[in-house]
Amino acid sequence: MRRFEYARPRTPQEAVDLVAGSDDAAFLAGGSNLVDHLKVGIASPGVLVDVGGLGLDRVEETDGGLRIGAGVRNSDLAAHPVVRSRYAVLARSLLAGASAQIRHQATTAGNLLQRTRCVYFYDATTPCNKREPGTGCSAVDGYQRYNAILGASAACVTVHPSDLAVGLAVLDATVEVLGPDGARTLPLADLHRLPGDSPEQDTTLAHGELITAVTVPRLPEGAVSTYYKARDRASYAFALVSVAAVVAGDEVRVAWGGVAHRPWRATVLEEALRGGPLDEETVRAACLEELAPATTGPGTAFKLEMVTGATAMVLTDLAGRAR
Amino acid sequence: MSDDLRIKEIGMERSRVEGALKVTGRAPYAMEHGAGHGVQEPLHAFLVGSTVSRGRVLAVHADEVRGSEDVVAVLDHTNAPRLADTDDEEYAVLQDDEVHFRGQVVALVLATTSEAAREGARRVRVEYAAEPGEHVFDEDSEGDEPEKLNAGLPPSGSTGEPDLALASATHVLDETYRTPYMHNNPMEPHATTALWDLGPDGAELRCFDSTQAAHSVRSTLARLFGIEAGRVHVEASHVGGGFGSKGLPHAHNVVAVLAARSQPGRWVRLAVTRQQMFALTGYRTATISRFRLGAGPDGVLGVISHDVVEQTSRCKEFAEQTVAPTRHVYAAPNRRTSTRLVRLDVAVPSWMRAPGEMPGSFAQEAAMDELADLVGLDPIELRRRNEPEADPETGKSFGDRRLLECFDRGAERFGWSERGPARSRLEGDWYVGLGTAASVYPAYTQPGNQARVLAEPGGYRVEIGAVDIGTGARTVLRQIAADALDVDLDAIDLRLGSSDLPIASVAGGSSGTSSWGWAIVAASRTFRAQHGTSPEPGDESVAGPPKKPVDEDYALHSFGAQFVEARVNRFTGEVRVPRMLGVFSVGRVVNPKLARSQLVGGMTMGLSTALFEESWRDPRFGHVVTDDLATYHVATHADVRDIEAAWLDESDHRANPMGLRGIGEIGITGAGAAVASAVTNATGVRQRSIPVTPDKALGWE
Repeated sequence: MRRFEYARPRTPQEAVDLVAGSDDAAFLAGGSNLVDHLKVGIASPGVLVDVGGLGLDRVEETDGGLRIGAGVRNSDLAAHPVVRSRYAVLARSLLAGASAQIRHQATTAGNLLQRTRCVYFYDATTPCNKREPGTGCSAVDGYQRYNAILGASAACVTVHPSDLAVGLAVLDATVEVLGPDGARTLPLADLHRLPGDSPEQDTTLAHGELITAVTVPRLPEGAVSTYYKARDRASYAFALVSVAAVVAGDEVRVAWGGVAHRPWRATVLEEALRGGPLDEETVRAACLEELAPATTGPGTAFKLEMVTGATAMVLTDLAGRAR
Repeated sequence: MSDDLRIKEIGMERSRVEGALKVTGRAPYAMEHGAGHGVQEPLHAFLVGSTVSRGRVLAVHADEVRGSEDVVAVLDHTNAPRLADTDDEEYAVLQDDEVHFRGQVVALVLATTSEAAREGARRVRVEYAAEPGEHVFDEDSEGDEPEKLNAGLPPSGSTGEPDLALASATHVLDETYRTPYMHNNPMEPHATTALWDLGPDGAELRCFDSTQAAHSVRSTLARLFGIEAGRVHVEASHVGGGFGSKGLPHAHNVVAVLAARSQPGRWVRLAVTRQQMFALTGYRTATISRFRLGAGPDGVLGVISHDVVEQTSRCKEFAEQTVAPTRHVYAAPNRRTSTRLVRLDVAVPSWMRAPGEMPGSFAQEAAMDELADLVGLDPIELRRRNEPEADPETGKSFGDRRLLECFDRGAERFGWSERGPARSRLEGDWYVGLGTAASVYPAYTQPGNQARVLAEPGGYRVEIGAVDIGTGARTVLRQIAADALDVDLDAIDLRLGSSDLPIASVAGGSSGTSSWGWAIVAASRTFRAQHGTSPEPGDESVAGPPKKPVDEDYALHSFGAQFVEARVNRFTGEVRVPRMLGVFSVGRVVNPKLARSQLVGGMTMGLSTALFEESWRDPRFGHVVTDDLATYHVATHADVRDIEAAWLDESDHRANPMGLRGIGEIGITGAGAAVASAVTNATGVRQRSIPVTPDKALGWE
């Protein structure tokens, strides 16, 4: 059987040192993704560094907003009274993900760092550049239903599976990171990357860097927000497309899920809609602009209609409530 | 026939006998038999599947694996024990170097821990001489006509002059309807724990198996391994669902015993993973149905023509009887059915809940729904005008056929009269539509069943080698035994789930309660004739029904009408079904509580196939890539809202002494077409294939 070491450090620095010190080490948080990888044989770290005992499990209200510990469970964060009362988009994106059992187990940072659910990534008998760089992409001409329509490359056409990441993207969240060279912060928008020629890298984090917290700024007075996830079945399914949105006065913020290798902040659309009316026709026209660079195949063409429709539904609804 | 059977316990609502055991985790399943059941220090087997779909195994490199910690053996085609019978290619596992489909078992690792077996299997390297395989078919694929369809039915048939009738019809519908590949996905994947025991009198084979048919696992293994059936003992005390995929033994049964045979005296455990199930334990073929209906101005059918193209594996034929329901539901003087079977380098298809009737009834009912539109008739009225007086192709009487009564009762209960024209109802963001379809399933009784009645102090032990796969068989057979022996329920100790008990047929074809119940009634009558009403403990009788139990003058079928309300989000196309009603005519209901579970379960699976289920086979590789419960979507709780099953109060004395006709499968038939009908009514976009996904609902695809 394959043996691995298991470490349970007591401080974030200790955890970082353990992982940074070995190419073969990986952080283990809730385990709802990594343990699957171990079982199906697509990950085989020699050292698992459990970050469950680092005290990163608190949600704090700060002057600027909210500071969410990396280890806060998805279900706890969704139930937090401040999240529920002020950040509807956050609570809804959390509750749209997975199942109750998995949300009890999964953590904030673990959710952000989960890997693609592309069927070829999971099937070690097929080529996949993300799993084995240089073998080719099976998805581009294969099962396409969950493929990207924006920002994909010839090397990888998959999407990021997280709902929470899309909710945080629209909130302009910041990620606090501890690494071998000390602490740094980066905008959540810069955490995930497009696949380019190196789809094996999901994020911009270096090996050994540990997310310790996510901070979310306060929303403007009177802001309304929500998250909508369109999917085949009503529960326990990844997004075909999803929409996170904030409407605050003249400002409109939109992020899309299920369309790209990272949460897709729809900046072209945001600019087009700033200060204007949020009626269905206008929103649909703005989506068309945002989707101008989209590329689709027979299995993904519907996503253009779907993400446009979902965005129109969400923004017209928010506009009605913001009044 | 039912006149002399006491009806007192039959018809009563009773909870499952084994319910408490199951919900407290004490009911042992095939993988859970341990020292308490004599299973000491079992070895664990893990399967290695082929990564090519056609070709030959050149070499299995496993020396390193053989030498690693906890690994006991690696079997491949060069060193596995030989079978006595290799005619059936599905069962001839590890007997030669040929690869017939991707995922076929090409090696197996045996180890003292399951982790070591799995890791060993991952590290076995198999070298192939691969050949290009064929993995896809369409309506133009050549194929051929199989000799027989599943259930022994003819692949084709013709009455009258279908082509002439089509040419002269006022209304002609000529459309193609499609159903996708589907996999059964029971909660408990297939598993076997096996022992090849070298006793002083020769070998004995013992298995704890997750099967719908302990006796057919026994007879198949006996034949394959060349030992007497009496030396094979198969136990299946609890089974976590099967839906047909455990109706026949599959490759894993054989390979588990090969492993046990190679290690005499050691128990071997083999669990098929969810992913491996998609290649090894059967599935439903995709079907392409061309339906041509010709009707007069009043909607009365002059012709029904149904041409099917479907596939099977090149290594073993399984021909889904997709045309079957077309022969029994609607009247028309001119009729034609045909089946073309395309042979591919793919996994072996098999039974899946209502084989034939499920995809066939989808096509036929969707076509009738579309014809109703074409003629300008209410879909129920169209069916009323085409109700046959007798079975259309054989002319036999149906006995009781109360399909229209099911439609009428259902229509009233569901509020069918509120149904408007297509795309006429928008509530908030959702288009709302109503749909309906007929359900049909034949009343099968399997021959050859036997039961034993044994007097014990204070009661009776009643034994039959049937399997309760979660349906409640244990409970309803006990009720039938109580009435057959004219005693209280408490006096019956009902035993089943073992091939050491009297021979019983498969828990499939909705035939279990009918076939096994009849055997119990027959054995009880024999017992009373031989031992009277005051028997001594130890008195026993074994008996079964007459050789040809079913009256062949009748075309006995169950019928039903399903009603669906569908909502389609006008922005996203997402489909939700808030309400579903089925009204069924199924003969006598033995236990309303369990019957409701069966019917609602069938309807739920029908809903699931209508909206979600699709095994996506990669045309390049030839295997299903949506091979787990995250990617092969079945309905979740959130998808299943208000589902109601009702039935007519009746008893069919032509079917069997209990007056019942079987309820396991009829709920899934017609459900898909009713959903498609409702979505079409909601959005105005005609749905001719399932699953009805959001992109199809609004016509984006």
